[in-house]
Amino acid sequence: MNNLNHLLFGVYPYIAIMVLLVASWIRFDREPYTWKADSSQLLDGKNFRVASNLFHIGVIFVLMGHFVGLLTPEWIYHHVISSPNKQLLAMVSGGFFGILCLIGLLMLINRRLTNPRVRASSKFSDVFILLLLLVQLLLGLSTIVASLDHLDGSVMIALADWAQNIVILKPQLASESIAGVPLVYKLHVFVGLSMIFVFPFTRLVHMISAPIWYLGRRYQVVRER
Amino acid sequence: MKIRSQIGMVLNLDKCIGCHTCSITCKNVWTSREGMEYAWFNNVESKPGIGYPKQWENQDKWKGGWERKSNGEIQPRIGGKFRILANIFANPDLPEIDDYYEPFDFDYQHLHTAPEVKHQPTARPRSVITGKRMQKIEWGPNWEEILGSEFEKRSKDKNFDNMQKEMYGEFENTFMMYLPRLCEHCLNPTCAAACPSGAIYKREEDGIVLIDQEKCRGWRMCISGCPYKKIYYNWKSGKSEKCIFCYPRIESGMPTVCAETCVGRIRYLGVLLYDADKIKEVASTESDQDLYQKQLEIFLDPNDPEVIKQARKDGIADSVISAAQKSPVYKMAVDWKLALPLHPEYRTLPMVWYVPTLSPIQNAVESGKLGMAGVLPDVRSLRIPMKYLANLLTAGDEEPVVRALERLLAMRAYKRAENVEGVEDLEVLRQAGLNKKQADEMYRYLAIANYEDRYVIPTGHREMNVPEAYAEKSGCGFSFGNGCSSGNNGVNMFGAKKVNSRDIIKTFNVGEQ
Repeated sequence: MNNLNHLLFGVYPYIAIMVLLVASWIRFDREPYTWKADSSQLLDGKNFRVASNLFHIGVIFVLMGHFVGLLTPEWIYHHVISSPNKQLLAMVSGGFFGILCLIGLLMLINRRLTNPRVRASSKFSDVFILLLLLVQLLLGLSTIVASLDHLDGSVMIALADWAQNIVILKPQLASESIAGVPLVYKLHVFVGLSMIFVFPFTRLVHMISAPIWYLGRRYQVVRER
Repeated sequence: MKIRSQIGMVLNLDKCIGCHTCSITCKNVWTSREGMEYAWFNNVESKPGIGYPKQWENQDKWKGGWERKSNGEIQPRIGGKFRILANIFANPDLPEIDDYYEPFDFDYQHLHTAPEVKHQPTARPRSVITGKRMQKIEWGPNWEEILGSEFEKRSKDKNFDNMQKEMYGEFENTFMMYLPRLCEHCLNPTCAAACPSGAIYKREEDGIVLIDQEKCRGWRMCISGCPYKKIYYNWKSGKSEKCIFCYPRIESGMPTVCAETCVGRIRYLGVLLYDADKIKEVASTESDQDLYQKQLEIFLDPNDPEVIKQARKDGIADSVISAAQKSPVYKMAVDWKLALPLHPEYRTLPMVWYVPTLSPIQNAVESGKLGMAGVLPDVRSLRIPMKYLANLLTAGDEEPVVRALERLLAMRAYKRAENVEGVEDLEVLRQAGLNKKQADEMYRYLAIANYEDRYVIPTGHREMNVPEAYAEKSGCGFSFGNGCSSGNNGVNMFGAKKVNSRDIIKTFNVGEQ
């Protein structure tokens, strides 16, 4: 068990992150034609605005919440908020946006599987990533329920320690910090790492290309020969 | 002043017979791939009609083109940059496939494989998106062909704005014309402005607007930005595609496929020189109706020595300048003012121009005598209402349309007098503001329409693009995918050497020391 724990939470994170970086680089460099958001709005726009916006707004907030929540060291956020309160904040805001995301995601899955046009033009990875997101989101939402049992922030701190130890290249310490947390959290982390792993092979890559620099460019683009 | 050159097109609607050869040849060459069956880079519409996609001219619905704000600035009608980004997850102004039509094919194989039956077997339609049987085809790219479908529906045509349109639904008063449409390769394209990725660009050397397929991320804002709805989302590749003005042909001095195959010889291709510094000012002109006139002012006289001097300074090749001097597009749009832009009110400064079409003279049929304006028949009594043509071509200003049609009539009357009666009728020319030389040239370009006169296209000098011409030689043939690509970066991530450069023998570029 200890070895498996270390393999999944001490070694796997690095494999997943390396695959993410290297495979994304290869895809961007060698197969730029495949790098896209892959929208199917043209084929079916009914309720799409509600579904897609709910999903994206939800998922973006949840993702940012994870980054900030997991990677901010305790001694920094203690100036602003105590650990139990931080856990409460995470549960409430994460729960709210998680539900938004879930509603959107279910609408999108329904559309992807039942609309004949969208279904016919879907690739395996389009369906797979939606279902993986659903599993991950349900796991994430059930951790909120599990957290009601321990409102002192201890599990949250253990998970944050794991994430921070991964970042500072201490895999041994990382797998030790996560060893004691309940199974549902571990599953959530494992699926999360797996999403990082499959990231470069799916349409998820479009998030790297979020065109924020559009705000800074001139309207017209002219290319010299 | 910053001079750039542009390959423009003129379509002489007076000679368009609506045969769709342009559309078919274009489709065969460029858009017969899966994912693009529904897309027609070139299509021919029967007007009046709502067109393809449905109601593309209704910008209250689709929000294409630019709008002028109260402070005099222009921005895409779909919104400023923040609104465009805010709508990136779901574009509220995106047409759906049914606004174009569900593309279909027929089960032709069934005609071969059907068992012996009582009735002749038929090839029934099948959707090429879902692969499923289609019971009924509801719409297509030319559904309104030759006034197909009832007037009630066709009269939603935006060009009926400010007109009493009911009478044109009556059989005696009905009218029609063909409108072949393609990308306008605008000087101020909204598609490019709306692209969050910056993948759409205008080529400096010939003004062709292209989508970089490797940079396009499929945010699909260009489709809404373009007021002509001439950008199409390839649902298979997830990228937008558009008319490429057959740039590989243009580069080698050949006309586009649509122009080359036009049986009516209605298309003209030629170079225009324009002042790129004035684009924004012209596009921001206050009144919609002044946009046509202002756009004419952006074009420069290719025979003016000052212009030639500046053009050379701005890197325009001599072959391009001399092509501009012989440009049929310059003659028809700027010299003779016969060709007019399509919907200048969209503020995109379109570069595909149209000679308005003449039509039967209504009053002559009704009352037995012609309405005359001076020595010319009154063009206002033509069957197609001036207001309709003006709404299509000059943002509702009838004067330029009347002038163009009068000139067409005058040229005909002059040539008829010359050939049939053997007299030189200069009076008719004078009324249309033409001189003899112009009329003779107009006859040559419009009636004879020789290949060499219609297409004056300088070659693209692509040899100047090749950084190492010697290395390119026998470097790589034509291939699909990444066959010969060494990637986007100078450093190959797998350590391979670039196939299209020579590393052992040093090569030099032309002119390099």
